[in-house]
Amino acid sequence: MSEVLDRKVVADDSAKVDSDVAGRAAPEVTKGAICIDDVVKIYDPDGAAVMAVDHCSIDIPAGEICMIVGPSGCGKTTLLNAIAGFHDITSGSIHLDGELLCGPGKPEATPGSDRIVVFQNGALFPWKTNLENIAFGPLMAGKLSKSEIYDKARSMMADAGLSGTENNYPGEVSSGLRRRVEIVRALMNDPKVLLFDEPYRALDSLTKSVMHEALLEIYYRNKVTIFFITHDLEEAIFLGHRLIIMSSRPCKPKKIVDVDIPHPRDYSVLTSSRFREIMLEAKGVVHEEAQKAFDAGEKEG
Amino acid sequence: MKQGRFIGKLFSRATLRGLFAIAVFILIWEVGARSEQWLGFRMPYLGLIPPPTDVAASWAGLIGDPSYWQSWYMSFLRVFGGFLAAMAIGIPLGLFMAVNKTFYGIYFPTFEIMRPIPPLAWVPASIIFWPTQELSIAFVTFLGAFYTIVINVLGGARSINKQYLQAAQSMGASQWDIFRRIVLPATLPSIVVGSAVGMGITWEVVVAAEMISGGGSSGGGAGGGLGFFIWSSYVGGSYEQIIVGMISIGIAGYFSSELLRQLGGFFTPWLKTR
Repeated sequence: MSEVLDRKVVADDSAKVDSDVAGRAAPEVTKGAICIDDVVKIYDPDGAAVMAVDHCSIDIPAGEICMIVGPSGCGKTTLLNAIAGFHDITSGSIHLDGELLCGPGKPEATPGSDRIVVFQNGALFPWKTNLENIAFGPLMAGKLSKSEIYDKARSMMADAGLSGTENNYPGEVSSGLRRRVEIVRALMNDPKVLLFDEPYRALDSLTKSVMHEALLEIYYRNKVTIFFITHDLEEAIFLGHRLIIMSSRPCKPKKIVDVDIPHPRDYSVLTSSRFREIMLEAKGVVHEEAQKAFDAGEKEG
Repeated sequence: MKQGRFIGKLFSRATLRGLFAIAVFILIWEVGARSEQWLGFRMPYLGLIPPPTDVAASWAGLIGDPSYWQSWYMSFLRVFGGFLAAMAIGIPLGLFMAVNKTFYGIYFPTFEIMRPIPPLAWVPASIIFWPTQELSIAFVTFLGAFYTIVINVLGGARSINKQYLQAAQSMGASQWDIFRRIVLPATLPSIVVGSAVGMGITWEVVVAAEMISGGGSSGGGAGGGLGFFIWSSYVGGSYEQIIVGMISIGIAGYFSSELLRQLGGFFTPWLKTR
């Protein structure tokens, strides 16, 4: 436990983090601290070892919205999949609240309802109605009765502004609503951590801004740790307590930026001077990495 | 309310357009069959086709004939017998191949060598192998639908979005839950498509098999099925009845497909919304 609390974090020397900045993780959250320690992932499909994650260490306190920012294909998703338990790591370890998810002797984490992924392209089951989708997790867990589950599902849907779409299939509602249904489906499992893999990538910028506010609203009601992958810097600063800017492949933290804009936030934050300052600070690093990723792509091509 | 919608659909522009096209087709056929010359040109072969009015008259005579309906019955029995057997064996087989790599590795090569053999090439072997003509026709019919269903189910089950499986796994679904609640419904659209295509092939195959095998165990016109009905009409020189048999198959095939479409829609309600 203590090793989670003393935060040994961090990659480059430039990135020393103070965890008590104003507007940081809500203090009442006690579950969902993730400790990623020196994780390496090497893909070796046909002898050509490709390093996707390179000695990556990140500490995420319980209840933080941690934004992982980096160029496309830098290996962010590899890290997310390792936490979720969708594939193994080569070395290092990942702990959740002091409990080993994967590490020496256990290269692959077991997927569990304490860590739910909201996928890039959405993974709502198209053959189930929105309500059935949302009830799926608790039904599988089997801890509550069916009527309790459906009552809870309906009230969570109402809270998220999804009333009236209970009996629609996901294919019948807009992509923005689908994303919201998926987040509610994730929350129904009472997860400690939500793992977002660029969930708003395909949305237009207007829908996106609505989704961001909706996500924060949901977050304020159900504080969980959020591990959120994106390459949209504006999104990252608006939502996050902290930005972890990743280097291009292999993936490792390059710079950590604290977003000291107090929560709760709304869209007026976007035009504040502090927002612009942070944007300026982060932009240079992100651009540099994007350029590197681009050049690497050129070479490969 | 529902009836209103039905009547609305009955007189919709699309329906009327379809009926009009059929009427025009019959008219051209009638005129063509009855005229020696079209726009001053001799039409040497058209005169040999019986005009639709004669076909209709011949059909009217058959409506009261139980042996005609017996042909319908026999063909339907063979089609649905073979088809249902193909579904009963093909769907589990396709699913099992999709989820079990070892079984796939063992069985798929054999399957792929057998698959290109047209069902009709099986007719002689089938007649030799099966004890009765009836069984040999049913077997050939079965083959017509079997390969299509297996290939579609296999393809559908293998192309399931991996993230559905991961999501279900994260939410604590057991292997059995994943099969029943994810793999099966995700494969249903492919099952429906495979069945619809398989049904079409089944009608093609049953007619040819009936012609070749002489209509099954009961021999003569009576228990022979629609394929044999056409064949015996040809042998007997009744051209009108050949056409009656052909149209009968068209109608029978249409109703079979429509039945499958309705059933498919019932089992995959989420696809209507796309």
